[in-house]
Amino acid sequence: MSATATPSPARPASPLNVARLRADFPILGTTVRGKPLVYLDNAATSQKPRVVIDAIRHYYEAENANVHRGVYYLSERATAAYEGARELGRRFLNAREAREVVFVRGTTEAINLVAASWGRVNLEAGDQVVVSAMEHHSNIVPWQLICEQRGASLAVIPMNRRGELELDALEKLLRGPVKLVAVAHVSNSLGTINPIREIARLAHARGVPVLVDGAQGAPHFPVDVQALDCDFYTVSGHKMFGPTGIGLLYGKAALLDAMPPYQGGGDMIHTVTFAKTTYAPLPAKFEAGTPHIAGAIGLGAAIEYLGGLDRERLQEHEADLLAYAADRLATVPGLAVIGTAAHKASVVSFVLAGVHPHDIGTIVDQEGVAIRTGHHCTQPVMDFFGVPATARASLAFYNTREDVDALVAALHTVRQTLTP
Amino acid sequence: MTDLGELYQQIIVEHNRAPRNFRRLTHPNRTAQGHNPLCGDRITLELQLEGDRIQDVGFQGSGCAISQASASLMTGAVIGKTKREAEALFQTFHTMITSPPATPVDVGSLGKLAALAGVRQFPVRVKCASLSWHTLHAALQQAAEPVSTE
Repeated sequence: MSATATPSPARPASPLNVARLRADFPILGTTVRGKPLVYLDNAATSQKPRVVIDAIRHYYEAENANVHRGVYYLSERATAAYEGARELGRRFLNAREAREVVFVRGTTEAINLVAASWGRVNLEAGDQVVVSAMEHHSNIVPWQLICEQRGASLAVIPMNRRGELELDALEKLLRGPVKLVAVAHVSNSLGTINPIREIARLAHARGVPVLVDGAQGAPHFPVDVQALDCDFYTVSGHKMFGPTGIGLLYGKAALLDAMPPYQGGGDMIHTVTFAKTTYAPLPAKFEAGTPHIAGAIGLGAAIEYLGGLDRERLQEHEADLLAYAADRLATVPGLAVIGTAAHKASVVSFVLAGVHPHDIGTIVDQEGVAIRTGHHCTQPVMDFFGVPATARASLAFYNTREDVDALVAALHTVRQTLTP
Repeated sequence: MTDLGELYQQIIVEHNRAPRNFRRLTHPNRTAQGHNPLCGDRITLELQLEGDRIQDVGFQGSGCAISQASASLMTGAVIGKTKREAEALFQTFHTMITSPPATPVDVGSLGKLAALAGVRQFPVRVKCASLSWHTLHAALQQAAEPVSTE
């Protein structure tokens, strides 16, 4: 990382060679509105390294064919690449077996799959699904849909004002008719890292399986589903430097095996007659139709890219950025950070007294700074903190202290524009 | 003027800080609510209609500077107007905020509302500027459901 203009009040600059990493991401060298792009919306979607873009292009230029079908050379190549990506996904999550890794469109589809399939055979009238107060709408609404069908209901793990889950309350909830706990690994709007191992321990003590929405976890730190001892884990490729439209659903084999298919179609069957259809074994049972082959290959490339980096160093760098951002943002008059958990990923939500987040977003954009403003698909979180929306800077390992400085400078412009 | 300066003109900033007619009416006979899910802007508009004429308008709610200033400016512009005149003004206003940036602004009929012409440079903010007007339209139509910009 190059020397920063502003010395850190927190700790010394990270030794990671960020400039070299940034060179892997073509878009980071571009300008917007005549200013260098400062991309701080990684929790919405991350940028893609050249290797991911190249892998997708290579697939379409040299290997494109449908998978699991043809007996010809190209189809074999495509199938090998697709299944190779699954194996990369297995290693990435440290799943026991590749059949425990299902390709889906992303975390949203993964949760909908589990809700619809697992929920259909496991939820009955009076049952409860426990979610947390900080869930993304995609880990709320699929459960509401299936609960409505099955006569079950949602229960919610509350959080404190720092944005930390109250596990005592979870213990109490678990004494009720709870059939599943569904919780985010990392909150997309608050940055809180939830204690998944502890949540799984509490739930499993009551025989309750746990689904983890890992959309915001996988981009920031290595995930080990066996160490977490979760029953389902979901990943969105595009948030971890891979393509959009592809993700992973991990499920313990015994659970996935016992679940009915989610969608019917080609590839998910064993035999079909008009009288009766038998289903393919895992993971094909859950992959009806031609999958997003290029996406899976691109995701595999992203996983290999991450695998080639020292992720511990990346985490240190992100922790440094988070501390630096917190210190620098505190110098902006009237700014309050929403979400101050002890364990946080590099996501900072904030509000500015007297200024609506959308005005912040528009003004900082003029300086080339891309942040998210709004409710971040977490309306219950906004209600809890009594704000209509927040501004959110979410950092990735390719961000720098200069990016944070650009945001802070732009926030001063916001204040000059809109406050007396 | 920069695009940003044009969007956040002094009159906009000032109306956002101290919105006019930000109040409840004692005897409203029309009420409508508006919601912009993108921004979370919410507005409740109360009208006192006498025959065809808007005698009084009050609004309450919260939202971005553009939505608040637009609502404030709108109330000032429509008080005393007939329904037909108010709807016509909405049309002129809407044309202004959705027209290509170089298009001349009809300052004669828009008056202070012309200050919102800068919104043309920011297509994602058009909904913010038009929320109060859509809500007014709903109130004049006596719509029962809250209006939404989505």
